[in-house]
Amino acid sequence: MKDSEKNLKKLKVSALKNGTVIDHIPPKFLFKVISILGLDKISEDMITFGNNLDSKAMGSKGIIKISNKFFEDDDINRIALIAPNAKLNIIKDYKVVEKKEVHVPDEVIGIVKCFNPKCITNQEDIETSFKVISKDPLELKCKYCEKITNKDQIFLK
Amino acid sequence: MSKRDLISIMDYTKEEYLRIMELAARFEKNPNQDLLKGKVVATLFFEPSTRTRLSFETAINRLGGKVIGFSDSHNSSVSKGETLYDTIKMVSNYADLIVIRHPLEGSARYAAEVASVPVINAGDGANQHPSQTLLDMYSIKKTQGTLDNLNIFMVGDLKYGRTVHSLLMAISQFENPIFNFIAPEELQIPKEYKIYLKEKGIRFFEHPEFTDIISEADIVYMTRVQKERFSDPMEYENVKNVFILKNRMLEKTKPNMRILHPLPRINEISRDVDQNEKAYYFQQARNGVFAREAIIAHTLGLD
Repeated sequence: MKDSEKNLKKLKVSALKNGTVIDHIPPKFLFKVISILGLDKISEDMITFGNNLDSKAMGSKGIIKISNKFFEDDDINRIALIAPNAKLNIIKDYKVVEKKEVHVPDEVIGIVKCFNPKCITNQEDIETSFKVISKDPLELKCKYCEKITNKDQIFLK
Repeated sequence: MSKRDLISIMDYTKEEYLRIMELAARFEKNPNQDLLKGKVVATLFFEPSTRTRLSFETAINRLGGKVIGFSDSHNSSVSKGETLYDTIKMVSNYADLIVIRHPLEGSARYAAEVASVPVINAGDGANQHPSQTLLDMYSIKKTQGTLDNLNIFMVGDLKYGRTVHSLLMAISQFENPIFNFIAPEELQIPKEYKIYLKEKGIRFFEHPEFTDIISEADIVYMTRVQKERFSDPMEYENVKNVFILKNRMLEKTKPNMRILHPLPRINEISRDVDQNEKAYYFQQARNGVFAREAIIAHTLGLD
């Protein structure tokens, strides 16, 4: 392979001075993660993302690099339902100062639809709210109808 | 005066159950009081339920309150497409208390979030019907003298019977219950309740039909087996007569045993049982008024 082709194959981004890298996102959920974390509303700081990249661990992955943004655990754990293996690298002064994983939180607000078609949340404009009664296997108990939505039944709002 | 909703039976503590039953007993002695004088209670029945509605309305009337509401949402602005949110917000302006029955699960919980007055769940879809559970518990306590150490038989449709599930969870808060489940295989008690009982160390037994073991019962809680619940109509035909309670089946039962049924009963309790002193289902319905008076007093902080 010629050098020029090799260069084209690499994802060229400038290194983050300060910010967060979210790696190992399942490709089909990359844009959902962007939306859940509100990154589509950021207008000032630089964001780079790539999708369907080769990954030894996952086969194919998405990655997001956000300048000058650091996440609280509560915020970042909201992506745990769709990107349970996501890895965060916290960058300060071009160096990785911390690595984080995401964890399924104890409560999930919004994000997921209640699987029960007879739940009031599927009829009126109500933010869903679930208690995570089991993390593995994943079981979400709806605050309203009290029924359980499990991993196979998760549909995103 | 503190606002307290009644949405799900497990929202309440054991102490609150006992408090409500104590109040119900007081109301039974003296059902007509002026506790709700000057108060308006809204009964919003988005789907019909004559028995529950009449029971609540009797309770409100006997306590000197006034009732507003509707018994079928087809006759209200809901049929014009008004949201539950708007309906509850509007009614909060009129009434001091809302009693709601609605076909969708979670509707009562949502109504309680939206309302500025207390909300009582009179049945939300297949989810909760806590006032039924409280009147069932009151009936059991009245007839057995206690809610501890009881052998409770539950018969019929244990898979879909919400009153069965609620009663099971409520009685499990008391000392040393035993449960015996008599149901067709397809309608046996769901796995999650068996797990719940196992985790609490509570003994339970499953039976595919009535046997002599009924002689050990303190309470026999009957429910109806409906044809629509069976995936195979032939299976229904096979079992439909197996879960009918007949008077001769009661010969060897304990003197304190009582037969309960949330009603309406169709054919699952044979008419010849009605004359037996152990038949308690009509008194159970009567207890419903006192239990609801107690619930109303408690939710309005008037106790």
